[in-house]
Amino acid sequence: MFPSQYSATASAIPAPNTQPEIHFNKIFINNEWHDAVSKKTFPTVNPSTAEVICQVAEGDKADVDKAVKAAKQAFRLGSPWRRMDASHRGLLLNRLADLIERDSAYLATLETLDNGKPYTISYSVDLPLVVKCLRYYAGWADKNHGKTIPIDGDYFCYTRHEPVGVCGQIIPWNFPLLMQAWKLGPALTTGNTVVMKVAEQTPLTALYVASLIKEAGFPEGVVNIVPGYGHTAGAAISSHMDIDKVAFTGSTEVGQLIQQAASRNLKKVTLELGGKSPNIILSDANLEDAVEQAHFALFFNQGQCCCAGSRTYVQEDVYNEFVERSVERAKKRVVGDPFSLQTEQGPQVDEDQFKKVLGYISAGKRDGAKLMCGGGVAADRGYFIQPTIFGEVKDNMTIAREEIFGPVMQILKFKTLEEVIERGNDTQYGLAAAVFTRDIDKAHYISAALRAGTVWINCYDVFGAQAPFGGYKASGNGRELGEYSLENYTEVKTVTIKVPQKNS
Amino acid sequence: MSAIEVEKNRVGETSSACKGNKHNMTTTPGDTQNHDPNPSAAPPGLPIPVSDLEVKYTKIFINNEWHDSSCGRKIPVYNPATGEKICEVEEGDEEDVDKAVKAAKEAFQLGSVWRRMDASDRGRLLNKLADLVERDQLILATMETIDSGKLFLIAYFVDLMAAIKTLRYYGGWSDKIQGRTIPVDGEYFTFTRHEPVGVCGQIIPWNFPLLMFIWKIAPALCCGNTVVIKPAEQTPLTALHMAALMKEAGFPPGVVNVVPGYGSTAGAAIASHMYIDKVAFTGSTEVGKLIKEAAGKSNLKRVTLELGGKNPNIIFADADLDHAVEQAHHGLFFNQGQCCLAGSRIFVEETIYDEFVRKSVERAKRRVLGNPFIPGVDQGPQIDKKQFDKILELIESGRKEGAKLECGGSPWGDKGLFIQPTVFSDIFGPVQQIMKFKTLDEVIKRANSTHYGLVAGVFTQNINKALTIASSLQAGTVWVNCYNAMSSQCPFGGFKMSGNGREMGEYGLQEYTEIKTVTIKIPQKNS
Repeated sequence: MFPSQYSATASAIPAPNTQPEIHFNKIFINNEWHDAVSKKTFPTVNPSTAEVICQVAEGDKADVDKAVKAAKQAFRLGSPWRRMDASHRGLLLNRLADLIERDSAYLATLETLDNGKPYTISYSVDLPLVVKCLRYYAGWADKNHGKTIPIDGDYFCYTRHEPVGVCGQIIPWNFPLLMQAWKLGPALTTGNTVVMKVAEQTPLTALYVASLIKEAGFPEGVVNIVPGYGHTAGAAISSHMDIDKVAFTGSTEVGQLIQQAASRNLKKVTLELGGKSPNIILSDANLEDAVEQAHFALFFNQGQCCCAGSRTYVQEDVYNEFVERSVERAKKRVVGDPFSLQTEQGPQVDEDQFKKVLGYISAGKRDGAKLMCGGGVAADRGYFIQPTIFGEVKDNMTIAREEIFGPVMQILKFKTLEEVIERGNDTQYGLAAAVFTRDIDKAHYISAALRAGTVWINCYDVFGAQAPFGGYKASGNGRELGEYSLENYTEVKTVTIKVPQKNS
Repeated sequence: MSAIEVEKNRVGETSSACKGNKHNMTTTPGDTQNHDPNPSAAPPGLPIPVSDLEVKYTKIFINNEWHDSSCGRKIPVYNPATGEKICEVEEGDEEDVDKAVKAAKEAFQLGSVWRRMDASDRGRLLNKLADLVERDQLILATMETIDSGKLFLIAYFVDLMAAIKTLRYYGGWSDKIQGRTIPVDGEYFTFTRHEPVGVCGQIIPWNFPLLMFIWKIAPALCCGNTVVIKPAEQTPLTALHMAALMKEAGFPPGVVNVVPGYGSTAGAAIASHMYIDKVAFTGSTEVGKLIKEAAGKSNLKRVTLELGGKNPNIIFADADLDHAVEQAHHGLFFNQGQCCLAGSRIFVEETIYDEFVRKSVERAKRRVLGNPFIPGVDQGPQIDKKQFDKILELIESGRKEGAKLECGGSPWGDKGLFIQPTVFSDIFGPVQQIMKFKTLDEVIKRANSTHYGLVAGVFTQNINKALTIASSLQAGTVWVNCYNAMSSQCPFGGFKMSGNGREMGEYGLQEYTEIKTVTIKIPQKNS
């Protein structure tokens, strides 16, 4: 899957309805729609215009309690969900994928409206990845094998791979649908029940998917979705005594709060957090390709990717040419109405992010980095920011250390492999990294040396549901996707039976 | 759900509607031998067979196209319930196998559509095929019944359901066949690639024609191989219908090629072909040996074999007796006794032996024979005249050798290849053999005293006996307090002369995968 090549299929994209009807804006518990217990609502905003799209029920602790009760009930011994054949769980996930595929044009417009990402991307990157992720995990449902184990003595010993129980899942706003699929796929295939909090900036697509979950035939209470704020609904999930596991994707700062709250009942925790991922360009790389990939690595999704290649290290003999070409490329980037099929970059997700990114641009200037292009607001309404490049960036500058989460590229110079490995690893983060080179020895050496959960060689942002993703160090705990993610949602039970006489 | 449960739940439900037929097995055929495939008496809620079934596909399928046979001969295909000819099918032999292998090899070329396809898309194709089989479930079940004589409701609820589930199961595996990276000694980076074996020859039997077709192609395609498959000459029709569905699903030309034909010609050509990389066969132990020999003489192709069985089913005195009688009954009589996994040697602990035999005979006498399309019928005809004669011969030899004939023992009806449910001897047919045992050690020894080792059953409430038997029997599958409990997730195959390798489950993937170790010299290794 190469999202950078989405434009090749742009001709096949159906025209968007720029004012999609909103069907669902309430809390989804037990396959039914509920107002918030408090009756409160919050507005969700179109970041292209700063106008309110609609009000959404605001879930908090009382609603989380209701949802957990439903999820616990759905998980009781003897329930339809617990007694269901594993293969049938897979069938339900495949059905859900089919329904999302059926409605993908609608979901893509809704995602663009609520999040601001270009419709061409929603339709041809996010939606296909969602469908593929669900289908991938559908296949695992009846393949999560326990083992029989040759223990010492006259015993027969085996393991059962059981679901953990009620899983709290808190997802971000940068890939609302995709993060929902990444969370639901492994949790449901292994037989858990879910209470999910969607980001307050982008609740709409997740709620529509809730209706499809019901349509697919998941029993009531298996998936419950509570829109709300992190400090209320999110905090209630992470500290809930009847939630057995919490999974969070978002900032490192909030990840730390969740880890602490989880200690109340020692629930299992998986975290996908921030990054400041190095993208290392060696002088023997195919430069044209490296420029394009590095551009994409940073600017994709308005720079709002936890794995963005936000420290671009370029070997000194190609540094000037690389910067020049990168600036040329960034200036060509089309910023504007995300529903236009030509648009490459939409608005930042909300006013907070917009201001935060502009703040980092000021910090870059103040710290003495060289502003090569952009640096300002790109439109007179909405939260658009110009594609921005800083050259001559030093490792100790704020823009080289902190996660900006916006369209701001830092290009740094290096001389030797040993040096760039040390500098690349000199960060609290360890989510992703990349290296561009034609040399097989260098590629292997750097990829083994970098302290990151994912290393791309001569490519960037290549995601497949089959490949695990997650962070070293403060970028997270655990891995999502692939077979590895099943471990996050599985309790292993060892059953040992005394037998009269063992034989091999 | 096991096959037996389905038989009980689906067919048993309707038996009250057919009470009048229950004793037909010893009288001249009545209504149950009216061979109308669409009996008006079908109770509501049950699937209705296709009444005007048209057999559309009767040719050789190569490169997603239909071909006449090169020799110009045709195979007559019969309905074993009536003895009538259904149609004629093109008879493939060596030349047609060559053509098919050429197509399969071409489809497997480096850079071909099939080789370049994302693994997940192979999975999508298998899932799509499952959808098409589901769509055509009535057609396929009707066709299977006409061609093989098995009960329509069993074909629909057991064979077809299992086929669909198997396709979906392996659909899910395609992008989960994972190689490894390996911490090898020295300054190296080592990884394994799990690659398809190549062109796979597959030879399948007539007892579960469609299901065996799916068991063979699903893991092969899941792993990315190409296939030349020969269905049994008795039952080629559903395999040819499947060929059409594979094309409709979107499998590229040459990925699956279906050559109907005889074992001695087309089958032998597959087993000895120099460009076939692997052969998989399900059938008799006798033919399995020929195939292994041919593979060794030709190109050392990989071989997997699912062969015969003489399977022990052990009933302890502490078992739930009625349950054990019922399960042992189905364990033997299911599919007219034409199962490699039939529980054909029933060992019963001596304290309950007489009661078990009495109840088993009672149960066998209640078995309703007749038109396999009629709900309430428990048993259809044997597959062909050859099998029919062989079973009757074996019954005769049982009599001569002094085994006690408890019931049955003769043909039934005035047309078709029906045999009465028979209790005593051990053969591939509706003939149940019940033996007495005293001790655990004795029954283990006797149960293992056979060249075969396919499956075994044990019935007991005692956990120690259950686990001791489960670990002591030389058999690829052991069922405890159940029988015939098959599923796509579980491996199936034989110890000893019951076969080589395992089908189904994750284990089934190994048979269709070559492992390639890639080792790269690197400047410096780090953990």
